[in-house]
Amino acid sequence: MKKVLLFVFAALMVLSCVACGGENTPPAEDINAKSEGVMTWEEYNAAAIDASVVVEAYVQAKQGYWEKNGQGLCTIYAQDGVGGYFIYDMPVTKADYDKMVAGTKIKVTGKKAEWSGEVEIIDATYAILDGNYVAPAKDVTALLGTDDLAKSQNMFASFKGMTVEASKDADGNDVAFLYKWNGAGEEGDDLYFNVSVNGKTYTFCVESYLCGADTDVYKAVKALKIGDKIDLEGFLYWYNGVQPHITSVSAAK
Amino acid sequence: MKRFLCLALCLLTVLPLLTACHGSRGLDPFVMPESFDTEKTYEITFWAKNDTNVAQTRIYKKAIADFEALYPNVKVKLKLYTDYGKIYNDVITNISTQTTPNVCITYPDHIATYMTSPDTVVCLDELFNNEKYGFGGTDLRFDGPEYGEMIPKFLEECVIEGKHYAIPYMRSTEACYVNKTFVEKLGYTVPEVLTWDFVFEVSRAALAKDEEGNFLLNGQKVLIPFIYKSTDNMMIQMLDQKGAGYSSDDGEILIFNNTTKELLRMLEEPAATKAFSTFKISSYPANFLNAGQCIFAIDSTAGATWMGTDAPLCDISEDQIVEFETAVRLIPQFDTENPSMISQGPSVCVFNKRDSGEVLASWLFAQYLLVNDVQISYSQTEGYVPVTSKAQSSVEYTEYLANEGKDNDEHYSVKIQATKLLLDNTDNTFVTPVFNGSASLRNAAGQLIENVTKSMRRSETVDDEYYEKLFADVTALYRLDQVQTMGEGREDLGALPSTALWLICGIAAAWVFIGFSFVVGFLKKRKKKTSAS
Repeated sequence: MKKVLLFVFAALMVLSCVACGGENTPPAEDINAKSEGVMTWEEYNAAAIDASVVVEAYVQAKQGYWEKNGQGLCTIYAQDGVGGYFIYDMPVTKADYDKMVAGTKIKVTGKKAEWSGEVEIIDATYAILDGNYVAPAKDVTALLGTDDLAKSQNMFASFKGMTVEASKDADGNDVAFLYKWNGAGEEGDDLYFNVSVNGKTYTFCVESYLCGADTDVYKAVKALKIGDKIDLEGFLYWYNGVQPHITSVSAAK
Repeated sequence: MKRFLCLALCLLTVLPLLTACHGSRGLDPFVMPESFDTEKTYEITFWAKNDTNVAQTRIYKKAIADFEALYPNVKVKLKLYTDYGKIYNDVITNISTQTTPNVCITYPDHIATYMTSPDTVVCLDELFNNEKYGFGGTDLRFDGPEYGEMIPKFLEECVIEGKHYAIPYMRSTEACYVNKTFVEKLGYTVPEVLTWDFVFEVSRAALAKDEEGNFLLNGQKVLIPFIYKSTDNMMIQMLDQKGAGYSSDDGEILIFNNTTKELLRMLEEPAATKAFSTFKISSYPANFLNAGQCIFAIDSTAGATWMGTDAPLCDISEDQIVEFETAVRLIPQFDTENPSMISQGPSVCVFNKRDSGEVLASWLFAQYLLVNDVQISYSQTEGYVPVTSKAQSSVEYTEYLANEGKDNDEHYSVKIQATKLLLDNTDNTFVTPVFNGSASLRNAAGQLIENVTKSMRRSETVDDEYYEKLFADVTALYRLDQVQTMGEGREDLGALPSTALWLICGIAAAWVFIGFSFVVGFLKKRKKKTSAS
């Protein structure tokens, strides 16, 4: 009897909390709603390479700001509730770059392109809009090795229960990770490492322009040992096949 | 007395303003020391590029170890880059703080920019000819090449403003790596020398698809028949083959001409149909070639180890690689009787330092990179050619070439064919003039092709108005309108304009008047004092 009462009280408490919270919270933002003339993710996905595209999405992460011929540029991982967008080398001001923190809503106009299998928006212009959304990681472990994985390209994703496999370093030794794809790099360069699940091995990357040597993920990958079981999160980037840009690593749960 | 003091103070204030502008001194010009001090310890830095090829890193490290064994008082610190552009940027950043490396792998185009800071890069002519430490010098502790053993054509490429500011390290050119199997499947035969017309004709023929949208040639959804890696080189070489303007030797920009427009027009249709694409638009030609998704892949001979079914280096998974026969040819030509192709590859420059002994140590190391052991082993890592006849004619090197195809690693046939292509055509190579701004012009040349290709793919209107705007945009983007021809600013500018002459006369007259007033005032005062006493 006591247990029943306890359960009822607990349920009432939870329900009342939910109700209280609902009173002052603005109506949830429809993260898939688009302004006039803006493509849905499905329309964007169906657009041909080289076509003009206009999308609205939420910044999830950005690579470092840099300048070329006096023009600031940045590369952005963005997403709405349906799919991901990779916006490559978009001209930006430093002030706007700083504003584009995770969750910031942006409208991007550009051309759809594909480079080594990575679908991206290039020659882009942007506007910063009101709105905020940070996407949860989508578990794509079961999709690895399937054609369906490409539908999640550029999304923030998680990979569960992966095993660290050996890579060959510059001297032919088995190691858990490499500086640069062939081990010819040094501290601060991209890290590459192999992980397997369901009998297939994939190469993952810590892209140094996204997560530099001072980040936790960079340090965590350097601490990996062959055979470690790990969970990972990152953006589903493509380079001649899936090659995620990893943002976090932890021991498998 | 007060007036004297006042005048003196004014002069003391003004004179430094007139002279101090020229007072911020950089380094003094390098003066060759009598001898190399083997008792003093030198630590020199060497910035190099390794083409993401680990074998090259090993060769650099071995060369350093061997050199340090010969000169125990010199320590060489290696810093590796995978991009010439980053070396260039880092050098530029370090010039103002006088923290440049001692020895640096670089391109002459870049050296021309470094040289805008006087006495930053060491002129090597005196070092070349030094009896003790020059080429074949009596006091060298290694068997380096004599001056006459440097390939003259490659050495000439290191001349800037009439003097040598670098030594060649390795040389390469571009090659067309052809899927011969596909060409023959389409009913053609790969000619000994490709023409642009042939390449475009075959590429056009390859675009036929089945009802499901698969290309008939490879049964895949993807096929880009012709991919060019470096569009800078593409434009530069096409212009040279046409005998058209690019730049003059002293830096006059000539690229925006009718031939350039004709060449871009030639690319319009292949770009629109996607028979032609570029690295920047699509990705590495080698990946498409090896996946059976490309017929003509143009890249450096120094990228030959990535080309072909059996390539020792590969960026795509094994299941994507298809079987085909690779033919290695010169880049396409307009005149097959007079082929023309670019000479490229890394050179080495030596930076000036306060300690002339340190510069001499740097020169010794730079020269050591020309010994046979370094030259031959490095050239074997890719389709590079050694820059000395001493290495080229050595038994070791000739055996290496003779063993073409013996294995798919050191003697990989595509790599050695690419090497032979340059060895056989060294006299048909050219380089573009080097001047401050030549690196920007090179980028601009490629940008023209990239823009037209993109525009055609996007079905934009490409007409005379488009080209006019393109030329203007590219000029502005790369600031080509601000490039000064060499010698500009130093030439005799003739007589001063009359307005300037009048201004100078006016200032002089004012000073004369001030002086006259001062003297008159002084004399009057003296007269008063005299009459008072």
